[in-house]
Amino acid sequence: MDYLLDFRPLWLTLKVAGLATAVAFLAGVALAYLLARRRFWGRDWLDAVCTLPLVLPPTVLGYYLIVLVGRNGWLGRWLEDTLGLSLIFTWQGAVLAAALVSLPLVLKSARAALEEVNPDLENTARTLGLPEWAVFLRVSFPLAWRGILAGTMLAFARAMGEFGATLMVAGNLPGKTQTLSLAVYDAVQAGNDQLALALVVLTSGVCVLILAAAGKILRTNAW
Amino acid sequence: MHIQVEVKKQVASRGRTFSLDVAFASESERLVLFGPSGSGKTMTLLLLAGLLTPDAGRIKVGDRVLFDGPKRVNIPARRRAIGYVPQDYALFPHLNVAANLVFGLAPRWPWGLGQDDRGRVEEFLEIFELTHLSTSLPRDLSGGQRQRVALARALIRNPQLLLLDEPFSALDALLRNKMRRELLKIQEHFAIPLVLITHDPEDVAALAQTVVCYGQGRVEQILPATPDCCRVRGEAGIAPWASILC
Repeated sequence: MDYLLDFRPLWLTLKVAGLATAVAFLAGVALAYLLARRRFWGRDWLDAVCTLPLVLPPTVLGYYLIVLVGRNGWLGRWLEDTLGLSLIFTWQGAVLAAALVSLPLVLKSARAALEEVNPDLENTARTLGLPEWAVFLRVSFPLAWRGILAGTMLAFARAMGEFGATLMVAGNLPGKTQTLSLAVYDAVQAGNDQLALALVVLTSGVCVLILAAAGKILRTNAW
Repeated sequence: MHIQVEVKKQVASRGRTFSLDVAFASESERLVLFGPSGSGKTMTLLLLAGLLTPDAGRIKVGDRVLFDGPKRVNIPARRRAIGYVPQDYALFPHLNVAANLVFGLAPRWPWGLGQDDRGRVEEFLEIFELTHLSTSLPRDLSGGQRQRVALARALIRNPQLLLLDEPFSALDALLRNKMRRELLKIQEHFAIPLVLITHDPEDVAALAQTVVCYGQGRVEQILPATPDCCRVRGEAGIAPWASILC
């Protein structure tokens, strides 16, 4: 039965990548709004720190996460004590790792898209009686959504392929935390070339679909 | 309408600083801020609208104090009841004409419009001759139509004061004259006080009751816009660009 494809890594990957993308979307758009529209001390530093996951080796990110949310990390201890939630060697940990590596992709696209929005439009909305949250929801976001969506799809593709940080935080437990990229590694190590090939084709296919769709959304004419 | 402005504001960008320090008061229904680009006219409008905060000073419109530095009064833009039409009209490009008008009537969207508001939108579409365009997007409108939408959108909220930044600069010369007459009619129809920015003496001649002359962040002169103002031409101390006014 070795040659039959085990679909569990695929479902797990989709679940982890989907949730990670949701987290990265919310955090990324909020941070992008701050960086694009607010002036505050330390803005450039915040921008630099948020870009780090793009350039640091995933193992370094994994290490940070272990320090932060591990059993002895201050956040990890708090989570375990109050929510009874442990992130190490669980699929929730994989979500956190994937969200962290894909955050900069949402952030960069969303920031660029929000900066493109003419501030006169936001100002006019304010004089028309809108509070700040409504200015964002009714003017800034609808005008920037193409860029934000394209960034979010890239983030999803990146989250699907996440390997290093996931391995360090969530481990490689078949059926529990083993995502596609980890399954490929296992298959190659075990000399199971057929399985490896099938997984590779599957992963590549899904990513190509996502990238092509993102490109199409960005090219569609705006107003 | 009594308007009293006394504000200081300093801004720095890319190593250059600009400082605005202006004071004027007027009872006019049509006040024109006149002066060259970069003299601080637009900044004054933004301060009046509450979109920028002065470093110091006091702004009073009618009997409402909108900003008072020492007393820490600063009413946010959304509660100032001041209509603002920026230079390029700032129509929301993703919304059609009717939705642009509705925009300010339901500031807490998506909780919809009442029957009264619906009627009001119909009425304003009619007054501004936009009924046949109600489902058009801004990109499909001509310059004059865009301006009418922007005016209707601001006025539908029944503001106390209307601010217009270079309202005719985006229009060609023929249309400019027509829109000046339309603006006058609208101003009289709604009895809405105007503060308008321009660097075109013809706008001043057609619209102004009082002219506030700007230069480099200062008020150089406040003139009643009667034919008498020609007499100031050539007088000592008046800025050279102010004399083209007459």
